[in-house]
Amino acid sequence: MALLEINDLSVDFDTASGLFRAVDGVSLSVDAGEILAIVGESGSGKSVAMLAVMGLLPWSATVTAKRLAFDGRDLLTLTPRERRKLVGKDMAMIFQEPMSSLNPCFTVGFQIGETLKVHLGLDKTARRLRTLELLAAVGIPDPERRLTAFPHQLSGGISQRVMIAMALACRPKLIIADEPTTALDVTIQAQILDLLIALQRETGTGLVLITHDMGVVAETAERVSVHYAGQKIEEQPVRALFDDPHHPYTAALLAALPERAKGRFLPSIPGTVPGQFDRPPACLFEPRCRFATDRCREKVPPRQGAIAGFALCHYPLSHGRPIGHPRPEGREVAA
Amino acid sequence: MSTVSTSDRTVLTAQHLARHYEVGRGAFRKPATIKALADASFTLEAGRTLAVVGESGCGKSTLARLVTMIEPPSAGALTIAGVDIVGADRAALAALRSRVQIVFQNPYGSLNPRQKIGAALAEPLIINRKEMSADDRRTAVLEILRLVGLRPEHADRYPHMFSGGQRQRIAIARALMLRPDILVLDEPVSALDVSVQAQVLNLLVKLQESLGLAYLFISHGLSVVRHMADEIVVMYLGRIVEQAPRDVLFAGPLHPYSRALLSATPVADPARERERMPLKGELPSPFNPPRGCAFHTRCPLAFDRCRVERPELTWHGETKVACWAVERDDA
Repeated sequence: MALLEINDLSVDFDTASGLFRAVDGVSLSVDAGEILAIVGESGSGKSVAMLAVMGLLPWSATVTAKRLAFDGRDLLTLTPRERRKLVGKDMAMIFQEPMSSLNPCFTVGFQIGETLKVHLGLDKTARRLRTLELLAAVGIPDPERRLTAFPHQLSGGISQRVMIAMALACRPKLIIADEPTTALDVTIQAQILDLLIALQRETGTGLVLITHDMGVVAETAERVSVHYAGQKIEEQPVRALFDDPHHPYTAALLAALPERAKGRFLPSIPGTVPGQFDRPPACLFEPRCRFATDRCREKVPPRQGAIAGFALCHYPLSHGRPIGHPRPEGREVAA
Repeated sequence: MSTVSTSDRTVLTAQHLARHYEVGRGAFRKPATIKALADASFTLEAGRTLAVVGESGCGKSTLARLVTMIEPPSAGALTIAGVDIVGADRAALAALRSRVQIVFQNPYGSLNPRQKIGAALAEPLIINRKEMSADDRRTAVLEILRLVGLRPEHADRYPHMFSGGQRQRIAIARALMLRPDILVLDEPVSALDVSVQAQVLNLLVKLQESLGLAYLFISHGLSVVRHMADEIVVMYLGRIVEQAPRDVLFAGPLHPYSRALLSATPVADPARERERMPLKGELPSPFNPPRGCAFHTRCPLAFDRCRVERPELTWHGETKVACWAVERDDA
């Protein structure tokens, strides 16, 4: 049984201009000790899906799912009180902006200790010892001194280490890291990713890494789920995804990376991610897809099998060629 | 002796450019001086791209502010189109300013939300080309819009009606209104998604080819720099630590900081064997930069000399590098 099971999860936001579906029928599973990366551009619903799992969405969101279970417990029927016992203890989250995720009014020691007090009921001395242990584990130099430091006294890299220490405090079974290194410099990013993976290996937790950076995915993930406009459009092991992407969006996204460029001009994807008012009726990627046909405009694409990377597409690619497509050379899409 | 070579395509020369800031530290302490930019020399050539890479606090944005004449340099010489800006009078400076334009990182913050795109684009003309008639301005605006891949009807829309990529096109269009020779691009694509980033990079390449612009491309993303740059400058704590043609730098970076930066940049290829050269610790405080080589506190190759004496940029093949370890190994 998987640690985290998500089946057909949808999240709707009640906005002033009507309902907006931010997550659309996403199914995922994460095993203990595994690293799953969720990639997608802004608006792909990757963060919202995980916030739904954590129960951190605002009241304007409606979460529906066939099954949403963590460690065998159904998250949908959990009372808020029960959920609060779970969140921060057995599953923890690391956010993108370490600077704004820490409370500026309290010391680092207090904020880490708070988790230990609430979830584990440790007394003052035990909290202090465990906090020191955690700060040392995440590689913060001179942890004694950092205990009494306020967040504004810390750099971005150290703040993110504190956030990781806080997430690890109760030895969670699952950590969700939402763009943990996006706000950091590359050398610090490398440090934080190495740390996160070393800790994940050591403790055998499941790790969900939400990112938009294909480089980070390539270097850290084991399995990758690609999201577009709220839908999961492909899922593959990391090597296979980069070698042979099956969804045209994944293929186009990889081709648009500057480091994979062959000439002066990059093969870019025309247009932009659809918003609330211009969602296409059938396939959401159809207006930007070079293989789109009338069928893609009329009929919602089926979910392919594992061999085609669970691609949500009428004509999944195999080594760049769409299977079963009337004109496999594709078309030029105007920008 | 001049530290930089010049040719007839040179549009900008910077020599030993520096910028210091005084920072007050309360009523009872002396104000501190931050050397945001300590010493930078380089040239920009028409039709070519010089990229500046480095992490936050390395002085790359300060460099952009000096080159665009938003701020005067504290020391050093900056020559644009043959005119030294230090001795120049107001009129000469105003003329020079229209030859250097800048595109900022965040297209959401750099456009006035209450101003229609057409008006935003016409503004540089109203100020700098007073003799121009309203009709001519309108024509110029429409032409620029076409140039950056937008449609004429976009001129009558407000910024919120555009996506991030389109806004960055608008920001580029505005920078081009005065037909500059030099475009300073301060992280022009770091706020954009990959698919949109590719569109904007393609546009920049196209504009450079057709207009012969010189780019000063400031970025922390090495994969973007590798795609765009002809020459690359690596900065650390206000100083240039390595300067080399793109292919030379990516084939074999000499300075340990460049090597660390390269090895830390994630590459979208899971099959690649990763060779990490991890850097310990974080950027030291610019109030109190380390003695000797500023990088020695994090450098895996540092030895005694690095802690006391600051290395100068010296030539090694096609590369200029400031490092005692490289010097020692060469000798």
